[in-house]
Amino acid sequence: MTETASTGRPYIQPEPSTGPLATHAGPYFGDFGGRFVPEALIAALDELDTAYHKAQADPAFGAELARLHRTYTGRPSPLTEVPRFAAHVGEGVRVFLKREDLNHTGSHKINNVLGQALLVKRMGKTRLIAETGAGQHGVATATAAALMDLECVVYMGEEDTQRQALNVARMELLGATVVPVKVGTRTLKDAINEALRDWVANVETTHYLLGTVTGPHPFPEMVRDFHKIIGEEARAQLATEIGRLPDAVVACVGGGSNAMGIFNAFLDDPEVRLFGFEAGGHGISSGKHAARFSGGEPGVLHGSRSYLLQDEDGQTLPSHSVSAGLDYPSVGPEHAWLHDIGRAQYRPVGDDEAMEAFRVLCRTEGIIPAIESAHALAGAIQLGREAREWSDEPVLLINLSGRGDKDVATAAAWFDLIEDEPVVKADEGEQL
Amino acid sequence: MTVGVASKVGAHLDGLRAQGRAALIGYLPVGFPSVPGSITAVRTMIDAGVDVVELGMPYSDPVMDGPIIQQAADAALRGGTRVRDTITAVEQIAGRGAPVLVMTYWNLVLRYGVEAYARDLASAGGAGLITPDLIPDEAAEWLASSDAHGLDRVFLVAPSSTPERLASTAAASRGFVYAASTMGVTGERTTVGDRAERLVADTRAAGAERVCVGVGVSTPDQATQVASYADGVIVGSALVRTLVDAPDEASGLDALATATAGLAAGVAAAASVAR
Repeated sequence: MTETASTGRPYIQPEPSTGPLATHAGPYFGDFGGRFVPEALIAALDELDTAYHKAQADPAFGAELARLHRTYTGRPSPLTEVPRFAAHVGEGVRVFLKREDLNHTGSHKINNVLGQALLVKRMGKTRLIAETGAGQHGVATATAAALMDLECVVYMGEEDTQRQALNVARMELLGATVVPVKVGTRTLKDAINEALRDWVANVETTHYLLGTVTGPHPFPEMVRDFHKIIGEEARAQLATEIGRLPDAVVACVGGGSNAMGIFNAFLDDPEVRLFGFEAGGHGISSGKHAARFSGGEPGVLHGSRSYLLQDEDGQTLPSHSVSAGLDYPSVGPEHAWLHDIGRAQYRPVGDDEAMEAFRVLCRTEGIIPAIESAHALAGAIQLGREAREWSDEPVLLINLSGRGDKDVATAAAWFDLIEDEPVVKADEGEQL
Repeated sequence: MTVGVASKVGAHLDGLRAQGRAALIGYLPVGFPSVPGSITAVRTMIDAGVDVVELGMPYSDPVMDGPIIQQAADAALRGGTRVRDTITAVEQIAGRGAPVLVMTYWNLVLRYGVEAYARDLASAGGAGLITPDLIPDEAAEWLASSDAHGLDRVFLVAPSSTPERLASTAAASRGFVYAASTMGVTGERTTVGDRAERLVADTRAAGAERVCVGVGVSTPDQATQVASYADGVIVGSALVRTLVDAPDEASGLDALATATAGLAAGVAAAASVAR
């Protein structure tokens, strides 16, 4: 249908994109995206959209963000060739890591957080709320809040506060209030529900600093734009190192922000293959995974339409991953679109494979990756055989989205280095 | 409003208005404490004075709902409540003098199929849908299906809605416009947001024929207050609480009947107030 007689307003069908993929604007990415939220939030989303586009056009905003990237985050992040790891990928394959793990706060998350926090100052709001799974986004948000003198409340599933007790302490040291969410599945999706409920009630003073490329418009577009610096830097760095584009770009995909960040600069170069690796958990057939493309179908959650783990009725299914940061039942709508138009491929990586790749990178290169990022490393190992058919000397660019300090306890338990129990017992009342 | 499609709920509200009073709209979720138990509860609520039923479909991620309704919806889902149970419940509730609107988060309808859901809801005797996370901008398919099957579509407005959005939401709605009294999720509050009356006036000025107020309305006094300026008073958490807090089903139904009768009396008490 092209028009609804009842409203008298034309209904604009999402049109097939003809322009560059890299600058595609929301709210729709093909059939995906949109704004499936309570009306109470629409005014705030419109305000954010306007403030964002105004800031985008303002050189002073770009200059301030660039200064923070340089002097606070430590950008540009290095590009590291990892030949000893590459030997595990395949003979003759060259592998480069984009070192987002070396950013201040330990992951790519800070790129988006600083951008949004600057916007919040411009909008005159005084309070930030955020959701966090692994704690990386919560830590980054608490950091920006401290830097910019904003009140900060972070919602975190109760189960995740136990899995990531160290990050809870980090957020509290930075002055944030961490609220354990005790409803639903007590993980990331329920933390987002609580953050949305808070936002509806406090939208006049509060900005919801969403941490990934999901959610209602303008978040998917805006968060992608704040992260696209990852791919832009990597592209220039590779040009210096090898004088050409990579054969493939590889990233892990939870909500999908680090992947969109590194994919974006290569979207319009069809010769560059794009691979996203999502959490296969215990395997698709086990039902314990977070593989939305292999095990989900299109649906709406948290404000946008995308691939979703859901049951026959449309109730959200719980996800599983050894990595809290990938443990989310939906994925950013732009990824859903790139999947459907065939521009990027998405494949699952199991817990076992990810942990093996984690071990290999530690031992071969002296780099302890986040378990999230280890899914990308494992994906590269999966690609090894087919990579040899791409060119004589295939080049893989992997986004090492975060460092593994936060995961040391999980990994130590996984590899039987310590007894498999929490470092601090919950019933001792001294939990961080 | 749409030309050519009669509104079941609209006609009912107009009839009450002709009697000089506003409507009491009561919310209960399907499947709490069980599917048959919820059907009995809704019938109890109708017998005790509810004019329009808002039947909730339990959802895993109810972002517009506060703790009481979340608790009941969680229990309903754990008890195995399915989307098709809502259709069955509507069949068994419809025709008892109170039109039945289903309140649902949008993914459940998307998954069922918008057209199929509209068809099945209409043939079960349902009056339409209240959609807390669907704005008219995203509702093209639902606008078409609700027209085709003669269903009401109740969209929400909030104190933060701009005049433009009040107008477009009023234009897209059929039956009534649901005005959220306050910025926040469902739940009991000691006062109804003072912005509610302003919002009702603004929504009428933007073209809405009928405006009902919900979110945070829980006592007979609040019902009287809201009924003096709105076409309907929507109560959810305060009614659900009677069932959640009850030691057993029978006493829950008693408490529900008492609470409903009190709210109905509250609405009736506003009848003498000049509209």
